[in-house]
Amino acid sequence: MSLPWLSLLMCIPLLGIFVLLTISSGVERVVTNTKQTTLWTTVIIFLYVLYLGLNFEISAVPQFQETYTTLLSGCYYAVGIDGVSYVFILLSAFLIMLVVLSSWESIKKDIKLYMCALLLLECCLIGVFIARDLLLFFIFFELTLIPMFFIVGIWGGERRLYAAFKFFIYTLFGSLFMLVALVYLYKQVGSFHIDAIARYNFTKQEQFWLWLGFFASFAIKVPMWPVHTWLPDTHVEAPTGGSVILAGILLKLGGYGLFRFSLPFFPDAMAFFAPFVFALSVIALVYASFIAFAQKDIKKLVAYSSVAHMGIVTMGLFAPNLQSVQGALFQMVSHGLISGGLFLLVGFIYDRMHTREISAFGGVSSQMPYYATAFMILTLGLVGLPGTMGFVGEILVVMGVFAVDPFYAMVAVSGVVWSAMYGLWLYRAVFFGPVTQEKVSQLLDLNRREYLILAPILAGVLFFGLYPQSLLRVTEPVAKQLLWVAQEKRLSQEAAAVVPDKAILYSQTEAM
Amino acid sequence: MILPALFAVFAPLCGGALTGALNQRISPHVAYLLTISFMCASFGGALLVVYETCLQGNSFYTPLFTFLQVGELNVSWSLYLDALSGLMMGIITFVSLMVHVYSIGYMKGEEGIPRFMCYLSLFTFFMLVLVTSANLLQLFVGWEGVGLASYLLIGFYYKKPSAGEASLKAFLVNRVGDAGFIIGLCLAFVFCHSLQFSDILPRASEMASFYVQVPFWGAVPFSELLALAFFVGAMGKSAQLGLHVWLPDAMEGPTPVSALIHAATMVTAGIFLMVRLGPVLEYAPWVQTFIVWLGGLTCFVAATIGCVQTDIKRVIAYSTCSQLGYMFMAVGCSAYGAAMFHLTTHAFFKALLFLSAGSTIHAFSGTQEMGEMGGVWRTIPFTYAMIWIGSLALAGLPFFAGFYSKDAILAYLWGSGVQSSGFGLTLGLVVVLLTAFYSWRLIFLVFHGPVRASSMVVAHIHESPWVMRAPLVFLAFGAVFAGKLGFEAFLGPNHMWGSALAQYQHVPHLPFVFECLPILLSLSGIGIAYALYMAWPVLASRLESTFKVLHTWCLNKWYFDVVYDILFRRTLLKLSSFCWLTLDKKLIDGCGVHGVTRFVSWLSTRSVLMQTGCIQHYALLMLLGLIVVLTVLVHLYV
Repeated sequence: MSLPWLSLLMCIPLLGIFVLLTISSGVERVVTNTKQTTLWTTVIIFLYVLYLGLNFEISAVPQFQETYTTLLSGCYYAVGIDGVSYVFILLSAFLIMLVVLSSWESIKKDIKLYMCALLLLECCLIGVFIARDLLLFFIFFELTLIPMFFIVGIWGGERRLYAAFKFFIYTLFGSLFMLVALVYLYKQVGSFHIDAIARYNFTKQEQFWLWLGFFASFAIKVPMWPVHTWLPDTHVEAPTGGSVILAGILLKLGGYGLFRFSLPFFPDAMAFFAPFVFALSVIALVYASFIAFAQKDIKKLVAYSSVAHMGIVTMGLFAPNLQSVQGALFQMVSHGLISGGLFLLVGFIYDRMHTREISAFGGVSSQMPYYATAFMILTLGLVGLPGTMGFVGEILVVMGVFAVDPFYAMVAVSGVVWSAMYGLWLYRAVFFGPVTQEKVSQLLDLNRREYLILAPILAGVLFFGLYPQSLLRVTEPVAKQLLWVAQEKRLSQEAAAVVPDKAILYSQTEAM
Repeated sequence: MILPALFAVFAPLCGGALTGALNQRISPHVAYLLTISFMCASFGGALLVVYETCLQGNSFYTPLFTFLQVGELNVSWSLYLDALSGLMMGIITFVSLMVHVYSIGYMKGEEGIPRFMCYLSLFTFFMLVLVTSANLLQLFVGWEGVGLASYLLIGFYYKKPSAGEASLKAFLVNRVGDAGFIIGLCLAFVFCHSLQFSDILPRASEMASFYVQVPFWGAVPFSELLALAFFVGAMGKSAQLGLHVWLPDAMEGPTPVSALIHAATMVTAGIFLMVRLGPVLEYAPWVQTFIVWLGGLTCFVAATIGCVQTDIKRVIAYSTCSQLGYMFMAVGCSAYGAAMFHLTTHAFFKALLFLSAGSTIHAFSGTQEMGEMGGVWRTIPFTYAMIWIGSLALAGLPFFAGFYSKDAILAYLWGSGVQSSGFGLTLGLVVVLLTAFYSWRLIFLVFHGPVRASSMVVAHIHESPWVMRAPLVFLAFGAVFAGKLGFEAFLGPNHMWGSALAQYQHVPHLPFVFECLPILLSLSGIGIAYALYMAWPVLASRLESTFKVLHTWCLNKWYFDVVYDILFRRTLLKLSSFCWLTLDKKLIDGCGVHGVTRFVSWLSTRSVLMQTGCIQHYALLMLLGLIVVLTVLVHLYV
């Protein structure tokens, strides 16, 4: 296959934008055309990605590769996808398609611009996941900020400007450190190509500093405690579609970066910082759960739950065994679906009630039984109930981390109590009890469009919950490969010096 | 063989899923028809399985498809059938079928019947998944699934705030246990690199000689840790002391639910788990002792609380809690057969008691307060007789089911060499008296004495329809005969277990005095109840005032709820608002993030001041700068 499949993929949203721009604005008809065009563009992208999947072989080797040199030597336009990239591209294409559908009626102002921003975002996200060149990745990684900034800043809630700036500056701030690291890295390796960097052996000192540079950017993106405070504000102010993309995909960029770059490039630093990251992760898990419990706004509660759940991801990436890394990857996808789905649901009820105050609800399930069922399934996913996607990632990460550091794993296990605490508490407050508010008694259940949006998400959450192997087998070769690269590097470096390994915690002592 | 088993497991799922999917569109009758016919099919399949496993002594293992496979972790959805799971399947499908049928009468006129039947069937499915599992992870799926079904059913009357509260409490307390379960999963995986029972159980002796350094404690055999972790899980599900607080509140659910989930099946999942993990438990003497202690304490504490409750369902709920304590004591002293025996007989008589109580509540137009009942034994003789049978079996009067199983447990406690079994035996005997007392207290308060209900209610009192009575007859049959018939199969030398249990001992022989003691205690319990509530009712209130402290103590359920409320709920609420308002908003965002922005804007407002627009000022600054630079240069180079 000589066609530039991936570049074409990236061009589709751009083409969509082009078509959108040719539609003249101002007429009622235009709005429909805009929506239809965007919807079909995203559907085509989704089908295209599925089609790529048909010709996709599950292995660690990147496929559909294209490599072109650029003006700067060592800088390539290099793209290609392996299992992990594929899964995330599919997730992005899937979620954005649903986001377009969900914005059908809730976006009133400048819909054309909004749809352009969405398509631009999709283009950037595809770029991020297919990049095989670090600089290319970085460019797309930063580029995602711009459409998101406008989505929050123009179509957001009351404090949208504050939120948009906070989001932008916060994440940009982290990326500056990564940029510095990139410059140094380029100076050393002489190339930005992932394969070239993966082959290069950094000294421990270098790894330490470079890792910190990368981590600053990724940790803010994930977001980890204590640099998470941009997330709740952005979520609360962002329109529903923005929140879904933010929770569903943008947060994953941090985890993806840690997995794709930090893990194979800086294995020693990964091992060195593992306890530090474990600590931050479990703090995020417990702390964000508590905060979620104290929330009065549904959306903010879901936002804080994201922080808690991403804690599981960061934790899993730092335990160097297959279970936890696979678990972390799975958790990212599951969080994308579950959290994305929850934000959609919150958006649906906001469109009806124009409020997200938990106290304004109560007894909703008697008015909206189908909505309540969907919310229940996703809440159970949030809680990590077996049979839903949420469980698989959590249990794999916990098992993997337990082999390395039982203490942190046990703290993470306590998360099953906390998540049930805020998740079901929210459910009870919103759905159970007698109907006391006038507005609630006039609520209408889901309409056909909303069914259409939710059905695939719920199906995914349950299907992958019951048969996770279907997803795990796609990411497994890549996870194995990167872990192997990391381990090889460590072995070659540590051949002489023996470092005490935390993995050997179970020491056999004599029977007393 | 595998087909009937598959059928038995998945039929309830089909029934439940269909009913759930059609929820709004079908009438209650269709819902009944759908779920009950699938339940019948399931029961039929389970009977075949019981025949093959328990009677023929075969065992089967069939993997269905891969659940997940990550490195060494390889877990399949599978069916594992031996005498233990076969027996559980039989109990579950039988009681579930009875409860399904009973619900036709009990739920009549309620809202959301399809939803109710769907939950019941789903519960049955998850319970079957739990008992037919060949690995810990699938077991956990079933474990959480039944927890979910229980949560949904407790909260069935979701418009009632107390129901929402109770369901949340049940889920959360169970989750605490589940955390233990998950840690157990991790431990098992770290040691065995597998979650398959067939890989874990044979390595129990290895675990016992593998010591682990536990911080602040010392070296502990691995088997103890594993057993302890799973026991914490079992404590949650089986409502053992400390994690028992959810069970009485779970009575907010409709009564058929209490009979199925909170008496006969789900709460016994913990016992099932411990019996399954028996081989590990055998190498964990410390945990065994702990189980006997905790089981005994649960048995006693729950019984004392049951003696003073005024809500008919709560009395039976505490009784369930107490009986589960007996089963755990049996598990603790390696009498797995006896534990399963009591589990089986208990399933019959406790389901019978709950359903009869439901029938009574039905007769009294929905009240559950025993203070508003009384004097109706002639009006509803059938229900009255059923409660008698259930109570006789519960109190362990000769020839009734409980007699055989409870006495077997006491005999094992007497005969086994486990530490602190004497403690368990003492409590067990005391509880025999208490059990008889609260059972007959219930009978006398509900059926005898003056009629305390309002005249409206009294005019309405009637026997239940036959759909509610028929299941009672079947269960009563079990409550009477299960003990006599089952004794040999469960505990005799030619028992049915095969290799399903970790070990088998003969029932220890008791001295004659001990043989008679439980019967005497039961009879005196009944006598005391008669004296206090029939013969001299004044005495009851006088006793209450004399032992006021004791009475209040028991009435307030040993203050568990109060202490937990202060310890956990309030602390958590405070902690979470502290985390949010103080840490997150003020410290991290306020000082950290906004601190930086404030600093920047402060800096810019200050530096703006330098831009006065006055040329003299600029000239002065330039001059000063020049002087500084020159001074530095001179210092450096001259």
